[in-house]
Amino acid sequence: MNIHEYQAKQVLKGFGAPVAEGVAVTSVDQVEAAAKSLPGPLYVVKSQIHAGGRGKGKFKELPAEAKGGVRLAFSVEEAVSHAREMLGNTLVTAQTGDAGKQVNRLYIEDGADIDRELYLSLLVDRAYGRIAFVVSTEGGMDIETVAHDTPEKIQNIVIDPNAGVTDADVAAISAAYGLTGAAAEDAKSLFPALYKAFVEKDMDMLEVNPLIVMKDGHLRVLDAKVSFDGNALFRHDDIKALRDETEEDAKEIEASKWDLAYVSLDGNIGCMVNGAGLAMATMDIIKLYGKEPANFCDVGGGAGKEKVAAAFKIITADPNVQGILVNIFGGIMKCDVIAEGVVAAVKEVGLKVPLVVRLEGTNAELGKKILNESGLAITAADDLDDAAQKIVAAVG
Amino acid sequence: MSILVNKDTKIIVQGLTGKTGGFHTEQALAYHGTQMVAGVHPTKGGTSWTGSHGESLPIYASVAEARDATGADASVIYVPPSGAAAAIIEAIDAEIPFITCITEGIPVMDMVNVKRRLEGSKSRLLGPNCPGILTPEECKIGIMPGNIFTKGSVGIVSRSGTLTYEAVFQTTNEGLGQTTAVGIGGDPVKGTEFIDVLELFLADPETTSIIMIGEIGGGAEEEAAQFLIDEAKKGRKKPMAGFIAGRTAPKGRTMGHAGAVVSGGKGDAESKIAAMEAAGIRMSESPARLGKTLVEVLKG
Repeated sequence: MNIHEYQAKQVLKGFGAPVAEGVAVTSVDQVEAAAKSLPGPLYVVKSQIHAGGRGKGKFKELPAEAKGGVRLAFSVEEAVSHAREMLGNTLVTAQTGDAGKQVNRLYIEDGADIDRELYLSLLVDRAYGRIAFVVSTEGGMDIETVAHDTPEKIQNIVIDPNAGVTDADVAAISAAYGLTGAAAEDAKSLFPALYKAFVEKDMDMLEVNPLIVMKDGHLRVLDAKVSFDGNALFRHDDIKALRDETEEDAKEIEASKWDLAYVSLDGNIGCMVNGAGLAMATMDIIKLYGKEPANFCDVGGGAGKEKVAAAFKIITADPNVQGILVNIFGGIMKCDVIAEGVVAAVKEVGLKVPLVVRLEGTNAELGKKILNESGLAITAADDLDDAAQKIVAAVG
Repeated sequence: MSILVNKDTKIIVQGLTGKTGGFHTEQALAYHGTQMVAGVHPTKGGTSWTGSHGESLPIYASVAEARDATGADASVIYVPPSGAAAAIIEAIDAEIPFITCITEGIPVMDMVNVKRRLEGSKSRLLGPNCPGILTPEECKIGIMPGNIFTKGSVGIVSRSGTLTYEAVFQTTNEGLGQTTAVGIGGDPVKGTEFIDVLELFLADPETTSIIMIGEIGGGAEEEAAQFLIDEAKKGRKKPMAGFIAGRTAPKGRTMGHAGAVVSGGKGDAESKIAAMEAAGIRMSESPARLGKTLVEVLKG
């Protein structure tokens, strides 16, 4: 689950991380009061959307030479005029896709005198099964570009969960940045605090880009991007409350209510599958035969008939869907339950597009029987290859 | 022969009294008499579990108690996500040699702690978020459908549960059969990795070929490929076919499995396919052609 920058900074501030003062606003009327409440005289007006690359992004409705989604203001009046241009308009960045995202909220923040920009993130290093600090002196840049062009400028410092962030870890990170004086002192509390925030709040990723050394020598978290482990939200009601559903795909939200994994894509074949690997393989094989999936809905293991029916309805609600492929290899999931769910859903919402069903594994024969006896226009498939060819042919 | 489990493996079930645990325990008992010997429940010790066909197993209050009473050397976990890590740690503390965790959706941080507990312990963990392990006609731990297996010569290892079934089904249809199929699971932090399983398959005389199925995300396939290259230099090599799921997945999107995401230019399908090909694995274009691809390799 992703949250906005201003929310991420609130969370980190709660763990003692140094962040600038700032106020989130949703209308132009609020900007003047927000700016006046800050020390000034420099302000930063930042678009709050769940996507990176905001600074270099462009607003669709504004001329090409207009400024991007993060702007400096040297007076309260300038902050207000920026806000007027930004709020309600559509920001297109490298991460939003061409459609862009509407900016419904701005974060008005106190400006900082920047001496150096650094990159820092925390993530789960799979090779070790531990949390790692990813450290680079190339702050403010896209880390993927740094990783590609100058991988030697990135260091990983892996943390032992039993020991936490030790003095030696802090020293290693500080050395990688070349921190001295006040910044090195700040580091002793900041790095353990970020690790604590990551662990206690079950974060998936915490990216501070940039972490800055200010002209007064102190460290500050200038930008913050945080996502949380969806599987751990059950123990974090405070984090769940930060969810902004307007930033998410409506069908993905509906699917998540049913605990279904739904991913919307660009093609025209709707896919219902069980298991992530089979989902990806189904997508791969559809593309191999020359078509593209519109979505896939993974019903996982142990779904009931109602959940299967909900999945089917979510898939068919997508107007791009011109054909549906149900591809199930039952282990935990029983094929008869899938068949019952599909039949129930079709009886309720109808079937306006071709439907190809392939059932294999636990209770497959029973499932096939239920489909056969339903009287519905369902094309049965023998295996994955056959299923993919049949749905691609049906969609034409 | 087989790897990790066989007809002598004795298994206790953590989470037997739940719906999923109960159903799959019935299936395991019905599969060539897999030795499911007991269940564990903290407040139901001393009672017994009865399956829908009258099967019966004793319930103990702890893993240690169940192990002492039955001589079990394996455990399978169907406990819900919020309690699954604690269940794994209980089995580690009870020194169960082989622990399989089926549970999907365990918080990553819990698995970071479990992984640390495994270091220096007497246990091996398979999973979590995996379908388990099956040695045909001998032992079924987890949720794989037993009816698609036949005894044979192919070792199967996969990150994806359902694609494990595809590989099993196809090798059965090709008349090859399996020695053991191992689903290592789709989570980013897990117990057993590809390398661990490949090492066992290389050492097993009855496994004469191997299918390895990976997916996007992380670097485990690349590490496994390097391991195979190193072992081949020592003269240990078996014919292999492979597949990587998610070749067409959009970048930066998590594709169902928490571990299946291409990020930071790492973990994409092309680099995995290239690494596995460099290790001498014949890569299948289609997940429906795994069995046929292996047959082609064996024909030379």
